[in-house]
Amino acid sequence: MIEIKDLHKSYKMGSNSLHVLKGINFTAEAGELVAIMGSSGSGKSTLLNILGILDGADSGEYTLDGVPIEDLTETKAAQYRNKFLGFVFQSFNLINYKSALENVALPLYYQKVGRKERQEKALNYLDKVGLKEWASHLPSELSGGQKQRVAIARAMAAEPKVLLADEPTGALDSTTSYEVMALIQKINDEGNTILVVTHEEDIAHMCKRIVHLKDGVIVEDKKVKQVRAEQYV
Amino acid sequence: MFNKDRWREIIEVLTSNVWRTVFTAFGVCWGIFILIVLLAAGKGLENGIRADFGDIATNTMFMWTRSTTKPYEGLPKGRSFEFKINDVQAIRDNVPNLRFISPRNRLGGFRGGSNVVRGIRTGAYNIYGDYPEIINQDPMTVTSGRFINYNDINEKRKVAIIGRGVKNDLYEKGEEVLGSYIKIQGVNFMVVGTYKKNSNDGDGEEAQKEIYVPFTSFSQAFNRGEDVGWMAITAHDGSSISVLKEKIIGVMRQRHKVHPEDNRAIGHFDLYEQFNRVESLFGALKGVAYIVGIMVLLSGIIGVSNIMLIVVKERTKEIGIRRALGEQPWSIKLQILMESIFLTIISGMTGIIFGSLVIYGINSLLDSVGPVDMFINPSVSVGVVSGALLILMVSGLLAGFIPANSAIRVKPIEALRTE
Repeated sequence: MIEIKDLHKSYKMGSNSLHVLKGINFTAEAGELVAIMGSSGSGKSTLLNILGILDGADSGEYTLDGVPIEDLTETKAAQYRNKFLGFVFQSFNLINYKSALENVALPLYYQKVGRKERQEKALNYLDKVGLKEWASHLPSELSGGQKQRVAIARAMAAEPKVLLADEPTGALDSTTSYEVMALIQKINDEGNTILVVTHEEDIAHMCKRIVHLKDGVIVEDKKVKQVRAEQYV
Repeated sequence: MFNKDRWREIIEVLTSNVWRTVFTAFGVCWGIFILIVLLAAGKGLENGIRADFGDIATNTMFMWTRSTTKPYEGLPKGRSFEFKINDVQAIRDNVPNLRFISPRNRLGGFRGGSNVVRGIRTGAYNIYGDYPEIINQDPMTVTSGRFINYNDINEKRKVAIIGRGVKNDLYEKGEEVLGSYIKIQGVNFMVVGTYKKNSNDGDGEEAQKEIYVPFTSFSQAFNRGEDVGWMAITAHDGSSISVLKEKIIGVMRQRHKVHPEDNRAIGHFDLYEQFNRVESLFGALKGVAYIVGIMVLLSGIIGVSNIMLIVVKERTKEIGIRRALGEQPWSIKLQILMESIFLTIISGMTGIIFGSLVIYGINSLLDSVGPVDMFINPSVSVGVVSGALLILMVSGLLAGFIPANSAIRVKPIEALRTE
């Protein structure tokens, strides 16, 4: 599903150049649930941004679902993001003047799905995350956990190939964190490929595979026995 | 482009900070208001001045003799001379494209003594000896009887057409005018018609106190012989009298042995030139109105552009989210542009409506207080309004252009990071 070969990325900070990713090789099969771990500055967010086509790499190859991702215009990048990827952010990033339903329907709008079908699909996904009754509420009327569930529903609505979650539990307390992870596990059980960036051990162990990043290189890549989140809920 | 979601979003964005939107809109509203009111005021002035010209044939010149200022062919300078009645035929033969040539003579004049007597009533009036064509050059409405005709000219009939003012002076109310006699400088003329002139300027009263008699009878009765006081010459519509007048004056110089470069011997007044001068004044007025209006509008547009920049800045993160979800750059650009155009057009329309209300108010005020000199019916045409709308659309586009570009210049990754 995801194939990365010798990926390099550096940022220019004034006259200094900061080499963030120093040759990453990484593959993920369909249906995997991978945790990307690392301390801050290890390059995990940068990696996720490149995987998410929000940022470009300096060198290296990136293939997503058999499509080489290279030399993209903004228009093409937007198309790929919409078609291939779903994002879940630490700070939820819901649009605050749109209701939960409208937020979930947004990626479908960019796919030019008709209004009625859009609403139906969005409601369906809200139902999946258990927030059907909250459809007409604005994000400001929802709790943190609910917001993240809406964000997950939004990420899923476009039926992406890969779900990218950047510290999805970073802004939540542990109970809510486990709820969100339970939801992510459930989505993964349905066969979706998910990448989770986190620095919390317990969250990482709820995935099936842990990739450790340190100073821009992968230092460890191991399969783990998945801890189910439901038991803590 | 015209889907419901986009419009909902536009409304949401513009109503999220109502007062800011209102103050921004005011700039554009004010600009277009000033443009409309200035144009209407210019039109009002134009209407007023045009009404003063009235129906007078504007493609007309008047020509009279003065004394020569250059010796020529053995004749001294300072010699005075008169146009003769056969000059008319000479002009007609030598200069094409002339519509009317009316030789004229006059008795009386500014502050002249009494020259007309009827019974015990007397009055001082301008008496003109004229050909029938004059009614086309200096239009008047014959209110009863008839105007001069060629039988009067040929038979040198002593008939007169008098103005409303003359009638009021010399006749009792209800008295029969037609067929009665008035004595002009001791010569009896029969009144065969009355007229009134449509003039609303300062000469209005004076214009009603004139008496018209046939040119030939005038010459005979008042001893003018072959002399012609002055001529009123009108060209055909296709040709300009300002061009033809040099040729006419040239013919006159030749016939009266005036030096070809003696510019002062023959005086003239070119109505067409005056008219054109006024026309170009209107043009200048319109130009000034457009310039002032558009300049004010421009500051409004800069205001809109500023606010749109702020809106884009405020929504940077939101735009980042949208782009992460797959919204395409052109779509974001279009959104910003539409917001800008929508805001500009709505506020511009408000300006147009207020402007129209003010014009309507002025018109009804003018109607109630009666006519004002040189100002009639200020108005703007539909063409101007649609022109203004076009200006608004273009300016909305311009106002949104920079903000729209800045909205997509930020990379989605950076936009997402902003708080």
